[in-house]
Amino acid sequence: MNLKETFAFLEERPAKDCPAYNCPAGHLVNLMQALRDQHGYSMLVDMTAVDEGPGQTPRFIAVYHLFNLESFEYLRIASACEGDESAPEIPTVSHIWAGADWHERECYDMFGIRFKGHPDLRRILMWDEYPYYPLRKEFPLAGFDMDFQAADVAERTGVRIQPAPMAGGPFVSGDEGPMSEKEPRAKDQSWREQHKKPGGSGPA
Amino acid sequence: MPESREISIGDVESQAATLQSEKMTLNVGPSHPTTHGVLRLLVELEGDIMTKVTPVIGYLHRGDEKIAENMTYNQFVPYTDRLDYLGPLANNVAYAIAVEKLAGIEVPARCQAIRVICTELARISSHLLGLGVFGMDTGAWTPFMYCFTEREKLMDLFEELTGARFTNSYTRIGGVTRDIPEGWTGRVIEALNSMQRTLKEVDTLLTRNRIFYDRCVGVGIIAKEDAISYGLTGPNLRGSGIPLDLRKDKPYSGYENYDFDVPVGKTGDCYDRFLVRMEEVHQSIRIVMQAIEKLPDGPWYAEDAKKIFAPPKDKVLTSMEELIQNFMIVTQGPQIPAGEVYFEAENPKGALGFYVVSRGGGVPYRLKIRAPSFCNLSILPKILPGLMLTDVTTVLGSLDFVMGECDR
Repeated sequence: MNLKETFAFLEERPAKDCPAYNCPAGHLVNLMQALRDQHGYSMLVDMTAVDEGPGQTPRFIAVYHLFNLESFEYLRIASACEGDESAPEIPTVSHIWAGADWHERECYDMFGIRFKGHPDLRRILMWDEYPYYPLRKEFPLAGFDMDFQAADVAERTGVRIQPAPMAGGPFVSGDEGPMSEKEPRAKDQSWREQHKKPGGSGPA
Repeated sequence: MPESREISIGDVESQAATLQSEKMTLNVGPSHPTTHGVLRLLVELEGDIMTKVTPVIGYLHRGDEKIAENMTYNQFVPYTDRLDYLGPLANNVAYAIAVEKLAGIEVPARCQAIRVICTELARISSHLLGLGVFGMDTGAWTPFMYCFTEREKLMDLFEELTGARFTNSYTRIGGVTRDIPEGWTGRVIEALNSMQRTLKEVDTLLTRNRIFYDRCVGVGIIAKEDAISYGLTGPNLRGSGIPLDLRKDKPYSGYENYDFDVPVGKTGDCYDRFLVRMEEVHQSIRIVMQAIEKLPDGPWYAEDAKKIFAPPKDKVLTSMEELIQNFMIVTQGPQIPAGEVYFEAENPKGALGFYVVSRGGGVPYRLKIRAPSFCNLSILPKILPGLMLTDVTTVLGSLDFVMGECDR
């Protein structure tokens, strides 16, 4: 079955494991509704996003994995988020699959993607006051030095949120550059000798 | 003597508006014995009946997906142990197969069989704990001790096989860390035989136990449509009567060679989910027995995957080429071609999925973990309202989730 014949706006996406298509964000909701109701893709097994890196257009790609309960086939639908890099947007599918609710909240939490029409778009894994989107590529692995979210506790105990100490690795050697650059070291660039640790302070 | 006054039902009815109390919000967790981890529920109560439930998760979030982007494929294996830490071997296998699919390599038959044995033993150990604590949640302490004793025997076998009881880290991309030790399969069969006797006792203690039965039947019913809509997988989905089992319907690692049944529930209540898990243990024992019986000889890692699987130690110490190969794999990681892949394995808790995006090289560009416990828990706001507060323990026990996997 070629979905492209039914949905002309789809564009094939290279993949070896299952059929995959790119879909413009504007058609996403209609496509998903039709895939569920008419094509047997009754399950949304996974929903996530990929960050293409700062400055790329489109920067954030939402990726949906559907499962067909009759033919036991997977289907991947990728859709580029619209809008500015700082506030990417895509329509919600949580009214089609109830399970998308939490997946979309996680995506918002990790990438800062706004799902238009989502009934309850709050952070899910990080705490509500957290100001960053950790899975964005510019976010350092160690995290940032910042105030503890509960001001009263912070005042009493002096506790702060500190970047993770990374003296023990993980160490990876780079693929390119001269031999001297390829010595295994923490992949996070901000941890190299030439670069300061994220946030400036934190454990030495 | 004060004048006593009887209140008739009619009086209460007429005063219902003034007698009505406020709804109460109760905070259950994050540290609560029945939440099996650090799950927090904000429960809105009217008397004993729950009217609204808001799960709060993330207390165990460690940023596994971010960590994965910063290390080589093999360095991430120990992190998969810590997803569903009650069946780490199954996670190792799922992760390895996902990356191998992207690399386009096929492991030899012996390696596949070893992985099937590992996955099924992990399933048995996870289900034993799940059944035991489910009994404990509903007030039966004894089955838990029985199950734990049997589970301990499996832990010893895991230790002998992998060197660790819990955090096994047994697989590598393209194979496993070592072949199975001599005589190990015999000891597995011994442990499984003794387990079958214990399972019978657990069955007698729980399945027809009046208290257990009353607490489970008709409680926490998940309708078929809801199960699909919320993306439930594993025993929780099959408990609702949908016979989806990826081992049967989308076979991987040679599951098509084994004969086993997929138990399904009828009504989708807590009792059905219990029965499904109970039967799955028996089916897993069947698979392990078959796998051991037909265990093929031959290599236990993909020998042709020169840039992915590190060569044997004796060759590394004696041959130049293998030494370089080993050095490259350790420092730069297994070289995986660019592309993307999504793979789901039927794990004890449900379908554990890995979406791996590679730009070439030894480090994943993006790795998303589709955690079954995450999806299974998302149905709580739907099924808990209308039940009594005491049913929370029953429903949570029947869903058999792990927060390490849910929060990643």
